[in-house]
Amino acid sequence: MLEVKDLSMVYQTPKKEEVSALLNVSFTLEKGEFLTILGPSGCGKTTLLNIIAGFLQPTQGEAVFDGESVSGPSPQRGMVFQQGALFEWMSVEKNVSFGPRMADRPKPDAEISENTRYWLDTVGLSGFGGKPVYELSGGMQQRVALARCLANDPGLILMDEPLGALDALTREKMQGLLLKLWNETGKTIILITHSVEEALILGERLFVMAPRPGRIEKEYRLPFAEQGVADDSRKIKAQSDFVQIREEVIGMIWSMEEEIMGRQEEG
Amino acid sequence: MMKNILRALNAENTENQRKIVSFGDSSLVEAPGGRIWTFASIAFLLLLWILSGTFGWVNPLFWPPIGDVWHQLNVIASEGYRNATLLEHIGISVYRVLMGFLLGCMVGIPLGFALALSKVMNRIFDPIVEFFRPMPPLALIPLVILWLGIGESAKIFLLFLAALWIMALATRSGALSTNIAKVYAAYTLNANKRQILFRIILPNALPEIFTGMRVSMGVCWGTVVAAELVAAESGIGMMIMVASKFLSTDIVVLGVILISLVAYAIDIFMRIMEVRLIPWRGKSS
Ligand SMILES: Nc1ncnc2c1ncn2[C@@H]1O[C@H](COP(=O)(O)OP(=O)(O)OP(=O)(O)O)[C@@H](O)[C@H]1O
Ligand SMILES: [Mg+2]
Repeated sequence: MLEVKDLSMVYQTPKKEEVSALLNVSFTLEKGEFLTILGPSGCGKTTLLNIIAGFLQPTQGEAVFDGESVSGPSPQRGMVFQQGALFEWMSVEKNVSFGPRMADRPKPDAEISENTRYWLDTVGLSGFGGKPVYELSGGMQQRVALARCLANDPGLILMDEPLGALDALTREKMQGLLLKLWNETGKTIILITHSVEEALILGERLFVMAPRPGRIEKEYRLPFAEQGVADDSRKIKAQSDFVQIREEVIGMIWSMEEEIMGRQEEG
Repeated sequence: MMKNILRALNAENTENQRKIVSFGDSSLVEAPGGRIWTFASIAFLLLLWILSGTFGWVNPLFWPPIGDVWHQLNVIASEGYRNATLLEHIGISVYRVLMGFLLGCMVGIPLGFALALSKVMNRIFDPIVEFFRPMPPLALIPLVILWLGIGESAKIFLLFLAALWIMALATRSGALSTNIAKVYAAYTLNANKRQILFRIILPNALPEIFTGMRVSMGVCWGTVVAAELVAAESGIGMMIMVASKFLSTDIVVLGVILISLVAYAIDIFMRIMEVRLIPWRGKSS
C-alpha cells in the first residue's frame, strides 16, 4: 500500500525564484491498483513520481510505501522511464538480469537466467537476449525496459510516459501488454501519460492534475481497465461511457492549457 | 584482374549503396570501401616528391629528393646513428611515449572521475587542472630538468603531464554525460555506489576516454620529439636535432616520416581497439 501524505514541493531556480511544483498532494493507493495520471505539461507529474521513487526529497510531507517512509531509491519501487534508460553497453539479457545480479545476495546464476528468460518470453522478446539493445526498435526497447523492471520484482511500478515515444499501433499493443501483466502479476502501478485514451484504458483510477501549484484536480474510478483485460480495447473505446468521460477529461485539460497560455500572454 | 582489385578496393556494403541522401550522412563517410582514394592521394604525393627531385624543383636543402631519404634509411638501418641502431632510436622514443601515456592515464582517469563525481574533489582539483592545462609541457622543460635531471624520468614526466590533463578532462566530460535516468534506473535495480560507478558511469564515459587517449597519444608524440630535441642521447627527436645541425635535411625528413608512421600505426591500433571494445559508441538511445 502506498500512502502519499500532504506532499508539497517547491523548486528553487538558480535565480532564486520559487516554483511550487506540488501543493498538499495526498492519496492512498491499495496493493494491486493501477493508477494513471494526466495533466498539462509542467503540473508536477514527474516531480510526484520522482518523490515516490525516492529520487527527490519533498519540501513537505512524505510518501510511505508498505509502512516505510520513502527516503531514497529502493528495489521495492521500480521505474520505467520514457526512454534512454537502457544500458546500451549491455545485451538485452544483461539489461534484464541487471537487478537480480546487483542484489546483495544474488540468486544462483541458473535461477537468474531462468527468470530473465521468463520475462523476455512474457514481453515477447524470446530469442533477442543476446542482441545489443541499440539494435532493437523503440517499441522493443521499451519492452526490455519493462522486463528489466519486472525481473527485479518490485512491489510498485512507476512509469513516466513509458509509451510516449512510440507510434500509435505499437503503443496500443503495449497498452494491451501492460494490462495483461498487471492482471497476471497483481503489481501496483502508477503510470503518467499525455494520452487521455491511454489513461482511461489503463487506469482503474485516474488523477487529473492541475498546474501552479501542482495538485490533484479531479479523481475518477474507471471500469475500463478491468474490462480491457478480457475485452478488445478498440471496442471499449467506442463505448458511450468511455467517450463521455474522454470528452470531459479532454475539455478539462484543454481549459487548463488555455488558462496557462492566457497567463503567459499577460505576464 | 586490375579491374577486380579496383572493385574490391572500392567495395561498399549494399545498404549504403541504396542511400540517396549522402551529403551529411556520417555513416557513409566512415563506411568501408573507397580506399582507392587513399592510395591515389599517397601515390600523387609520392609522384610529386619523385618528380620534384628529378627535375630539381626545390632546393634539396629545404626538401631532399626521395632517393636521398631512402638512401639514408638504408644507411642508418644498417649502420645505426650515433652509437645506436635505428630500431633502438625508434624503440626508446616509443618507450617514452608509452610510459608517459600510461602514467597519464593511470592518474588522469581516476582524477577525471573524482572531478565529475565529488563536489569536494571538484572544488579542490578544478583550479589545479585548469591552471596547468593550458601550460605547454615544453615550457616546463627547464624546471623539469632542474628537478629530475636530463635522464629518462624527466622526459617521461613531461609526457605524463602532456597526457594527464587531457585524460582528466576527457574522463570528466564522459562521466558527466551520463543520463541521470540510467543512474536512477540502476539505483532502483539494487546497484550500490560502487556498482553505479563501474557498471554505469564508467562504460558511459568509455567512448570519451578513448577519444582522450587518442588525442593524448598524438600530443605525446609531439612532446617526445620536442623533449628529445632539448636533451637526449637517443631517440628519433635527437636524431632529427643532430641532423639539422649538420644540415642533413634528408635525415631530418626521414625522422619525421618515421615518427608519423609509428604514430599512425599506434592510432590505427587504437581505432581497432575502440571498435572492438566499445561497439555501443554513439548508440545511446
Ligand atoms: N529542477 C527543477 N528546478 C526548477 N523547477 C523545476 C525543476 N524541475 C521541474 N521544475 C518545475 O516544476 C514544475 C513541474 O515539473 P514536472 O517536470 O514535474 O512537470 P510534468 O508534469 O512532469 O511536465 P511534463 O508533462 O511536461 O513532463 C514545472 O513548472 C517545472 O518548470
Ligand atoms: Mg514529466
